[in-house]
Amino acid sequence: MQNIQDLEKILNSELNTKIKSSLIKHNQIYLKIDETDLTEVILFLKTNSKTKFRQLIDITAVDFPENEIRFKLVYLLLSHEFNQRIIIEIDVKEKEIVGSITSIFPAANWMEREVFDMYGIDFKDHPDLRRILTDYGFEGHPLRKDFPLTGHNEVRYSHETKKVIYEPVKLEQNYRNFDYESPWEGTKYIKEQTKE
Amino acid sequence: MAKETKTLNLNFGPQHPAAHGVLRLILQLDGEIVEKADPHIGLLHRGTEKLIENKTYTQAVPYFDRLDYVAPMNQEHAFALAIEKILKIEVPIRAQYIRVMFCEIGRILSHILNVTTQAMDVGALTPTLWGFEEREILMGFYEKVSGSRLHANYFRAGGVHQDLPKGLDKEIGKFCERFPKIINDLELLLTDNRIFKQRNVDIGVVSKQDALDYSFSGVMLRGSGVPWDLRKSQPYDCYEQFEFKIPVGKNGDCYDRYLCRIEEMKESVNIINQCLANLPVGPIKTDDGKISPPPKKEIKQSMEALIHHFKLYTEGYRVDKDEIYTAVEAPKGEFGVYLISDGSSKPYKCKIRAPGFSHLQAMDYLIKGHMLADVPAVLGSMDIVFGEVDR
Repeated sequence: MQNIQDLEKILNSELNTKIKSSLIKHNQIYLKIDETDLTEVILFLKTNSKTKFRQLIDITAVDFPENEIRFKLVYLLLSHEFNQRIIIEIDVKEKEIVGSITSIFPAANWMEREVFDMYGIDFKDHPDLRRILTDYGFEGHPLRKDFPLTGHNEVRYSHETKKVIYEPVKLEQNYRNFDYESPWEGTKYIKEQTKE
Repeated sequence: MAKETKTLNLNFGPQHPAAHGVLRLILQLDGEIVEKADPHIGLLHRGTEKLIENKTYTQAVPYFDRLDYVAPMNQEHAFALAIEKILKIEVPIRAQYIRVMFCEIGRILSHILNVTTQAMDVGALTPTLWGFEEREILMGFYEKVSGSRLHANYFRAGGVHQDLPKGLDKEIGKFCERFPKIINDLELLLTDNRIFKQRNVDIGVVSKQDALDYSFSGVMLRGSGVPWDLRKSQPYDCYEQFEFKIPVGKNGDCYDRYLCRIEEMKESVNIINQCLANLPVGPIKTDDGKISPPPKKEIKQSMEALIHHFKLYTEGYRVDKDEIYTAVEAPKGEFGVYLISDGSSKPYKCKIRAPGFSHLQAMDYLIKGHMLADVPAVLGSMDIVFGEVDR
């Protein structure tokens, strides 16, 4: 098994200008790179004989709505030969289009579709960028932090029209998000109600 | 005059017994040959990841039972390990043994279901009936230890919820004595069965390279001859202390995957036996009062215990700001949790990496050029459970 410190050194020397920062934590390497270098770096990691990250484990995004650069895209790779894991992070602005890596890893196809579905991040040169997990005709991107937990629409079977219909969500009880800031003042939801 | 040919579009599912759940598969057929398969998933999408972001770490555990609902504890394991690594909690050795034992029970649960239903998909009904009798017993063990047969909610960060009830270890031991014979019976029905072989040998062949490219894991990867098992290569909990073999296939077809699963069940029985023989005594969860709740007895006596109990079940424990990916070898493959914590008592982000998702993705590649009747055989051998694919 190749030592993780050695691997980090190799990465830093071979890719030096492309790496913004690298870090070893929990026995995994965390790399920060630029969006423009993404496909090159991933192709290098897959094909280089010293790294051999032959398997793409997952792609996901994280939403930080208060940041100027809103999203962080995360690529998880695994090298069977050296028994190492690497986590590659890129920062992505809202409405920025990211290069697809489906030509390098066919497995990226559905993973990118999922990121597109859940976060609304577009991928350039993706062969088939459709929604994947949500309903046909769904609107919005559920895993964004500003998407409400209850969603916007609910579905029911209507006896009048004899078909399934979509309606805006009606809650019998308000959604209560206890924040436990201080047990004496109660939650934000109570504070807002007493103000009115 | 040349005959006109036309491709036929066939809608397979979402309600079809061989689709193993709610899969809508749109098949393009040329006669009986499949030209293209387009799986439509998400019919069981419940927004697990979104829900977990809005729940405390303790409240998030039951959602993991509902992913791959035929082997619930294996998933809880990944989540518990992620939190433990961030908080650097030492798990007592007895808890580790119990967790390993129940993960292996989960593996047997899942493999019985898969092997027997795959047999049913290709026409054999008896294995299902025999296999499900055993699953019933195993789910009985789940019930005895956690209170529920399926959605156990048993693993915690720092250990397990409660100790084994009296006599359960003996019962599991008895099961382990009897179960190899049941595997043998199943094998007598299937392994050399002419029809079973005709339906599975050389169907859905995956080469080594493609298995890697399509991000396969677990049996799908080992069936193609890649000896990779996280229990051996990146051992978690006390897996290092056990001796077991990793069965590897040769041809990467449905039949090899079936054989791998049968062998894995035997190895699991072996691991459970080793667990029972060496089960240490001691605590079953960490003694850190900020993470694991105090015993009920103490709450009546000690003010501190009462406060801890109240805080843990309202606010929950806080997890330091960190970012981690942890994976376990679930019965279906590499099940991972990518967790981002922000110092509060709720996860900021929890991405679940389900093995079935990448397996199902390769459906089009696997089934191209096969006959329509091979679709259920290939689907069955992929071991798809929609709880985890759709999340």
